[in-house]
Amino acid sequence: MMHFLLLLSRQGKLRLQKWFTPVTEREKKKVTREMTLMVLARPPHSCNFLLWRDLKIVYKRYASLYFCCGLEDQDNELLTLEVLQRYVELLDKYFGNVCELDIIFNFEKAYFILDEFLVGGELLETSKTAVGIAMEEAETLQEVTHTQSLKCDTCPNISICFFFSLNRQWRSI
Amino acid sequence: MSPSVRLQEMIRVIRGARTQGEERGVIQRECAAIRAQFRQADNGTRSHNLAKLLYVHMLGYPAHFGQMECVRLIASPRYNEKRVGYLGAMMLLDEKQDASLLITNSIKNDLSHSSQYVQSLALCTLGCMGSAEMCRDLAPEIDRLLRASNSYIKKKAALCAVHIVRKVPELGELFTPASRSLLSEKNHGVLHGAVVLITELCERNPETLEQFRKAVPELVQIMKGLVMSGYSPEHNVAGISDPFLQVRILRLLRILGRNNETASDAVNDLLAQVATNTDSSKTAGSAVLYETVLTVMDIKSESGLRVLAVNILGRFLLNNDRNIRYISMTSLQKIVQTDHNAVQRHRGTIVDCLKDQDASVKRRALELSLALVSAVNIRSLMKELLLFLSSCPPELRAHTTSGIFNAAERYAPSQRWHIDTILHVLTTAGGDVRDETVPNLIQLITTATELHCYTVHKLYRALIADISVQSLVQVACWCIGEYGDLLLRGECEETEPVQVAEDDVLDALETVLQSHMSSPATRGFALTATMKLSTRITHNVDRIRSIVSIYGSCIDVELQQRAVEYNALFKKYDHMRAAVLERMPVIDKSSPGHTNGESAGGSIKEMEPTKRTQEVVLPQEPANQVCDLLDLLGGSGEPPQPSPALSTTALGPVSSTAGGDLLDLLGGLDVTPVPPSVIVYEKNGVTLKLQTDRQTDTGMTITLTATNSTDREITSLTLQAAVPKSVQLQMKAPSGDVIPAHGLGQVTQTVLLNNPNKVSLKMRVRVCYTSQDFVCQDTVQIDSFPSPAW
Repeated sequence: MMHFLLLLSRQGKLRLQKWFTPVTEREKKKVTREMTLMVLARPPHSCNFLLWRDLKIVYKRYASLYFCCGLEDQDNELLTLEVLQRYVELLDKYFGNVCELDIIFNFEKAYFILDEFLVGGELLETSKTAVGIAMEEAETLQEVTHTQSLKCDTCPNISICFFFSLNRQWRSI
Repeated sequence: MSPSVRLQEMIRVIRGARTQGEERGVIQRECAAIRAQFRQADNGTRSHNLAKLLYVHMLGYPAHFGQMECVRLIASPRYNEKRVGYLGAMMLLDEKQDASLLITNSIKNDLSHSSQYVQSLALCTLGCMGSAEMCRDLAPEIDRLLRASNSYIKKKAALCAVHIVRKVPELGELFTPASRSLLSEKNHGVLHGAVVLITELCERNPETLEQFRKAVPELVQIMKGLVMSGYSPEHNVAGISDPFLQVRILRLLRILGRNNETASDAVNDLLAQVATNTDSSKTAGSAVLYETVLTVMDIKSESGLRVLAVNILGRFLLNNDRNIRYISMTSLQKIVQTDHNAVQRHRGTIVDCLKDQDASVKRRALELSLALVSAVNIRSLMKELLLFLSSCPPELRAHTTSGIFNAAERYAPSQRWHIDTILHVLTTAGGDVRDETVPNLIQLITTATELHCYTVHKLYRALIADISVQSLVQVACWCIGEYGDLLLRGECEETEPVQVAEDDVLDALETVLQSHMSSPATRGFALTATMKLSTRITHNVDRIRSIVSIYGSCIDVELQQRAVEYNALFKKYDHMRAAVLERMPVIDKSSPGHTNGESAGGSIKEMEPTKRTQEVVLPQEPANQVCDLLDLLGGSGEPPQPSPALSTTALGPVSSTAGGDLLDLLGGLDVTPVPPSVIVYEKNGVTLKLQTDRQTDTGMTITLTATNSTDREITSLTLQAAVPKSVQLQMKAPSGDVIPAHGLGQVTQTVLLNNPNKVSLKMRVRVCYTSQDFVCQDTVQIDSFPSPAW
């Protein structure tokens, strides 16, 4: 089981944090600080695995972001590298050539994708396409309910509004 | 037009802030606005305000006032608001907050929502942060969803059930039937969730484990299907079909096959197939192979398969990828005890990894090298380890030195080699050695009687070269004091002798005494050594006298006391000086851990239990030799002065008291014989003796000693003790867990009992050990304890 997943920038700023165990705010800050110090200090081309407290830390650098997660003893570290790779691929597919700015400005989307991919510290979906499909359908549902809440009076216009907003959704990514 | 632009606008403004203060100002304004908005009625922008708050929270600013807003948003009928509300709940609420209970009802309603995406939000949140109460409330709902829903919901419900089982293990029984049927699903996501759930259930409940053993053939089928299947674009990763699912299934098979012949047999073929067919050129394949190797080593697999697994690990060791080398060393570490010979074959590669640049790889290589040390390879391996020590990173030094000492202790081919090795370590990394090194080394030197000359020459050379390493200086001073006559004689067979005059030696000792680098303990050693030399040299006794009298007014109380007493030895007791300062007797190492009897240094006894080392029984002055020395002084002397650096042993010279008034106080001194021991357990060649060391009104200290008279060593020895309720028990760390064969060694463990209510003392001891591959476990009841001699 994964205990946490953190995305850290090269300057040590936190871009995403997901905690799968109950941790106080203070402890979260402390762990984040320690992870930042440990992971950012690693020289390039070094081993991606560390031991810290009683957890195994697996980290991988993608461009300017460090993906860092804490595992339990029986978890397979090499497989976790694949999990991190898969998550980056999902982000890439969703945002189209994802970069750090995408994750900064659309952090809630990054979280939604993560929630379709990992739950309770375990991998939820192993298929490459299923997460993307789920996100699309959820966005559709979001648009539909949003459009409905705008209270369009003329019925024929509803479908057009829906269509427009969908298109706009895709282009703004 | 889309309102989320306001969120992105805020992010832009925050990022545009040039200083920390500016950023704080922007955020304070935004938070104030958000708080105001929260208080207002619903105006369609609630979700965006919460999203802004979550961004601010991620930057590290407080956001607790958003908790109630999360609760409200979750209860909203709109999907987009629910989505952000649940996200907020996962970020801001955890089971420690009271507000988290308020969302239980919303989650319950949403679990039965018509839209699967709303259901999935609820499931995800429950699976990530559900508290034990929430889990208990909602478990039946989850079970329902596990059975009758589409695969999208089923897979989420499965992981939610995993979380519930972790929080409330008793609920595991609820999910067992549903999880069994999930194994027949085709959807990989559901299958993966089911395997994770079954793994969790089996790990927690042995009866469930028994039940699921029947599912092994089904799991083997699924796995075979994955391995043999053709290319599937959806699940393929670098040529492996769904490595995530494969690894989880292998892990489950490992748990099911552990300690069970039938289950292990059923998976033998599969494991061989996976091991040979998986392409390990990329990480995904290596991950599957890694898991396979772990499974093979953990279950009762046939020997051919085990050899295959070790060979895979050997191949990994030669891989260019650092991660894979690290992984292989981790796995080899796990199996080095059981398959020692197989791992020995790869010793060369492992030793090469000591030179790797990466700190993690170095650490693993060190651990493994230390585990691989044996009587056969000790010389070559020690060379490598000493080379490593000279260039190893500082955080590994202490571990390396203690590992080297342990290895040298166990497998030293000769005493000279042993002494050389320890000296080498002290010169290279003397600052990182354990505290007990000094007394251990001194004890070793005294036993190597024919090497005294060699040792003192070597140490003298080391001393004049460098006096900064305290442990080395202490040993050197002690040796020079003790064997100074051999040094001055200027002849030595083993090494090139140093031609020194008495003045040079005294100069060296004085340098140590006066140097700022010397610790108080070291100076104590140096002073005592100087004093001892007064009987071993002929010409410069006056110089020694003057040195000693100078320190009679030293600020350090310990040094002052010594100097004053030595002074007295010169003046009033000069006739005794030679006898007092003569050569120390050989220190016997094998006496069980007890110090010399009642002495002014009563604090030694209290410190002694807390300073036990793992392997080495500390050298103690045997009681009978104390007795001899006391007789020498006509029964009037104080017991040997302990040197302050050594909290447990008393190796300093005996010095007499200045005044005679203490004589009467200690007139009734009786030397303590070895306390009696009683055999409490004797079976399979393993003998456990119990010995009471010390007894007061309310407590006692017991030493348990285990010996082995079979011809194979006993491993994994653990002792557990239970006492009546009002008695307090404290077990100190054992000296080891391996008892060498033929009674060549023993394992001791100290137990402290505190019996404030003075109930009748009984103890139950459970002994667990592995003998000739059998795990034995026995319990003995001890009703009466031998009374100690004092």
